[in-house]
Amino acid sequence: MTHPLDEAAIAQVFRREFGQAVATLTRVFGDLDVAEDAVQEAFVVALCKWPEAGLPPNPGGWITTTARRRAIDRLRRESRREERHAQAALVERPGGASEEEDAFMHDDRLRLIFTCCHPALATHAQIALTLRLLGGLETSEIAHAFLVSEATLAQRLVRAKRKIAAANIPYRVPDDAELPDRLRGVLAVVYLIFNEGYAASTGDAVVREDLCAEAIRLGRLLATLMPDEPEVAGLLALMLLSAARRPARTASDGSLVLLPDQDRSRWDRALIAEGQALVRACLRRNRPGPYQLQAAINAVHSDATTAADTDWQQILALYDQLMALAATPIVALNRAVAVAEVHGPDAALEVVDGLDLEGYHLFHATRADLLRRLDRSAEAAAAYERAAGLADNTAERRFLEQRRKLQLKTPPT
Amino acid sequence: MPKYLLSVWYPPDATQPSPDELARIHEDVTAVHAELETAGAWVFGGGLHEASTATVVTVRGGDVLVTDGPFAETKEQLGGFSVIDVADLDAALSWADKTSRATGCPIEVRPFIEEPGA
Repeated sequence: MTHPLDEAAIAQVFRREFGQAVATLTRVFGDLDVAEDAVQEAFVVALCKWPEAGLPPNPGGWITTTARRRAIDRLRRESRREERHAQAALVERPGGASEEEDAFMHDDRLRLIFTCCHPALATHAQIALTLRLLGGLETSEIAHAFLVSEATLAQRLVRAKRKIAAANIPYRVPDDAELPDRLRGVLAVVYLIFNEGYAASTGDAVVREDLCAEAIRLGRLLATLMPDEPEVAGLLALMLLSAARRPARTASDGSLVLLPDQDRSRWDRALIAEGQALVRACLRRNRPGPYQLQAAINAVHSDATTAADTDWQQILALYDQLMALAATPIVALNRAVAVAEVHGPDAALEVVDGLDLEGYHLFHATRADLLRRLDRSAEAAAAYERAAGLADNTAERRFLEQRRKLQLKTPPT
Repeated sequence: MPKYLLSVWYPPDATQPSPDELARIHEDVTAVHAELETAGAWVFGGGLHEASTATVVTVRGGDVLVTDGPFAETKEQLGGFSVIDVADLDAALSWADKTSRATGCPIEVRPFIEEPGA
């Protein structure tokens, strides 16, 4: 190792291995708190030992072994009530090399994901648990990213872990019959984490980028653990293709740049290539789902070297397919944007006006844009105003207000 | 194995079912109970008379106060319950699913505190 092993470097290694270590220890000890505390203790040990001894050859194995010993020590010290946990764990298993143990460890992270994202837990608790236990983020980092106080977030975690223990939420991968439903829940949590990071908002930009990276890391992990689930690949592709545009989404002054106006040379070509390869693999598999279709739509966008080159026919066809699978008003609204390109703003406005999305700022923003293209300036300005009033993020609000002012300057025709 | 309370809640907008509907609900609920018994998961349970038939007893400073119930004046009413003994929450939730289908009501699933040494 040429890099100095300072605290930050060690923290990085721990964050990478945190999920696996917590997942394995939870299986061994049957308790999330015991597992989490033990991994935290192993971190303290590493801070003492690693700077001098250097990085162990298998850091993940070292962390799990050290944490397991710490947990056993602690359980030995603690009350008799814990005796059966300790007894169970004291039976030394063959070292991490056995195939059986490897298979267990492989599934441990899946067990942990499905437990963290159990539908009996509130969504915000699922997100917090996933980021903390699987992602290894600090409580303060998660609180910061979601704009809640550290105390609130810590309480959410405590309450969720207490419910898992008290209500006996099982630590297992759902069986085939339950899997489709439960997997949808897991993917929704990962996508929520991604979107929280992706939305250009008032929060700390670095923290938010971290959330996107973490969601993509979780997506990659799921894709490795569940290679036969096309929607897992679809979600990963969708996140990669969206993240690829991230550098072009904000101007130097922090303002928002919409897709047609983005400098496409700033898109991340490596992420696009990876995302497009996943989309192609999904197409070959031919088991479409909502994430795969959204990824495919993004793949078409990323194929176009200029906004004018966009193959809107294909995007509209993909939206039609998406509507057949998941006919939500939001999908219908996004489809309307493609309708405008293929059939004109008149046809799109008709679609949009039939949607019941009064409280959604992008409904008004989309309407405003269509009205602007139809030279109905006064109505466009009113719609921009309504959109700005509903937008809760500063960059978007500023953008919408600017658009509104532009409409007011344009004399009605 | 952990025990769970499955309670049947009549939503605020619930209307009194017709005698025919009641008979069907009774039949469906009895079937779920029989299934629970066959699975060895049944502990105890039953339907309750309406909340207006409840009485509340409070002891305060040695005095017994008896009042016309229910204790909590909520729009939702507890209509009945089952206590079941199953492997984990997922199993309890799947029984709640069946009970909800049979009764047409939301089912609250709540874990019992495990007795030490039980």
